[in-house]
Amino acid sequence: MFDFMLIYEMRGLILQGLWNTVWICFLGCLVALSLGLALAALRLSNPRLFAWPVACYVETCRGVPLLVLLFLLYYGGPSIGLRLDAEIAGVTGIGLYGAGYFAEIYRSGFKAVSRGQLEVARMLGISRLQALVRIQIPQMLRLIVPPGTNQLIILVKESALISIISVDDLTKNATTIVNQTFSVIEPYVTVALLYWLIIEIIARSGYRLEKRLANRRPRPVTHTQGASFHDHG
Amino acid sequence: MLEILFNHYPALLRGLATTLTVSLSAIALGLMLGVLLAFGLTSRSRWLRWPCGLYRSFWRGTPILLQLLLVYYLLPETGIEVSPMSAAILTLTLNTAAFQAEIFRSGIAHIPQGQVEAARMAGISRWQTRRCIVMPQVFRLTLPPLTNEVITILKNSSLISVIAVTELMRVSEQIASRTFQPLETYLAAALLYLAVNLVLARLSAYLERRTAGGLATE
Repeated sequence: MFDFMLIYEMRGLILQGLWNTVWICFLGCLVALSLGLALAALRLSNPRLFAWPVACYVETCRGVPLLVLLFLLYYGGPSIGLRLDAEIAGVTGIGLYGAGYFAEIYRSGFKAVSRGQLEVARMLGISRLQALVRIQIPQMLRLIVPPGTNQLIILVKESALISIISVDDLTKNATTIVNQTFSVIEPYVTVALLYWLIIEIIARSGYRLEKRLANRRPRPVTHTQGASFHDHG
Repeated sequence: MLEILFNHYPALLRGLATTLTVSLSAIALGLMLGVLLAFGLTSRSRWLRWPCGLYRSFWRGTPILLQLLLVYYLLPETGIEVSPMSAAILTLTLNTAAFQAEIFRSGIAHIPQGQVEAARMAGISRWQTRRCIVMPQVFRLTLPPLTNEVITILKNSSLISVIAVTELMRVSEQIASRTFQPLETYLAAALLYLAVNLVLARLSAYLERRTAGGLATE
């Protein structure tokens, strides 16, 4: 039935694929997380100059498949003199695509913290920076972590698409094994399990972070906010 | 880009039609399976909950590209010959069913248990309670995440170009390789995907406004 020897014999390809997937996902998510933050900051910044362009960017990420973005970068890039390695195109594609989603996650987190609190803080003579660091950001983080974890998981799964622009990631190497050995179940199931493992690690870390952030609420300011969160379900 | 759109619009539109057919069939079929799975997930019997949870875990936890390849290559091995098109619809259906089940499960959890108890006390059967009292409210509650899921499936349907279904992405690849204008072609494809998804999002916002009010969980 399930031929474990085959997996053992092909461990080189599988491990190489695993390494590439992990590495490219890591870099892609890093780009997505930081670029998303920059985009959210631009969108929320005071002269509302950037609000509209960033909104358009976010809508584009939501409406266009990652595969199309990857093809644009990898096959379309050279016609405007932008020649990217498949790996770099993969990281860039995942990063640009994820940034649109993360921008929205950061923004909704920022908006969810009530303005009143900051006004009260200002009235109490707390400086703007201190209010941001001690009042706004801790509450924002708690709201951002669950959807953020979700988005990271989505990005890792969608990273399988880089195999189509010929990056030797888990999916591509699984297909290579299928073509070499004519066995379908073993390589694909093994690789599916490996993706599941990566995702489980991210999900668990997300839960742990969520718990740690939830427990750390000794200050009275955060207590008063607790009630209004529940109102929104 | 406009030139590509003008010169190749019949092919692009045919591709888009296939994209829509595949995605919407998958969404519709997935809806039925998803509702059943959601009932399984909220069931009192552990023997029903457990396999449904496992199903959900697998289809939500692995890349859809891998699922597509697995279905497409595995079915012939077991003696079932399928066309690329049916394999594509099957995979997308099985995938979206898991996501929709989770959406419905959370929706069901939002319906006050008292309503169900009241209905049972009024002598309404369990199935009728679900059909006439629980699910109509669940659909209204879950309209925004359901729209997201429709858009996700539409975007994910671009992957079925890999198993040679001539949907929008595949058509674009063909045009790109014929005209040597990949940038313009893929931009045109991106524009078409974007247009469809924006229309869908608007439609959902409209439906949401129309069906707002009268919700149990205000």
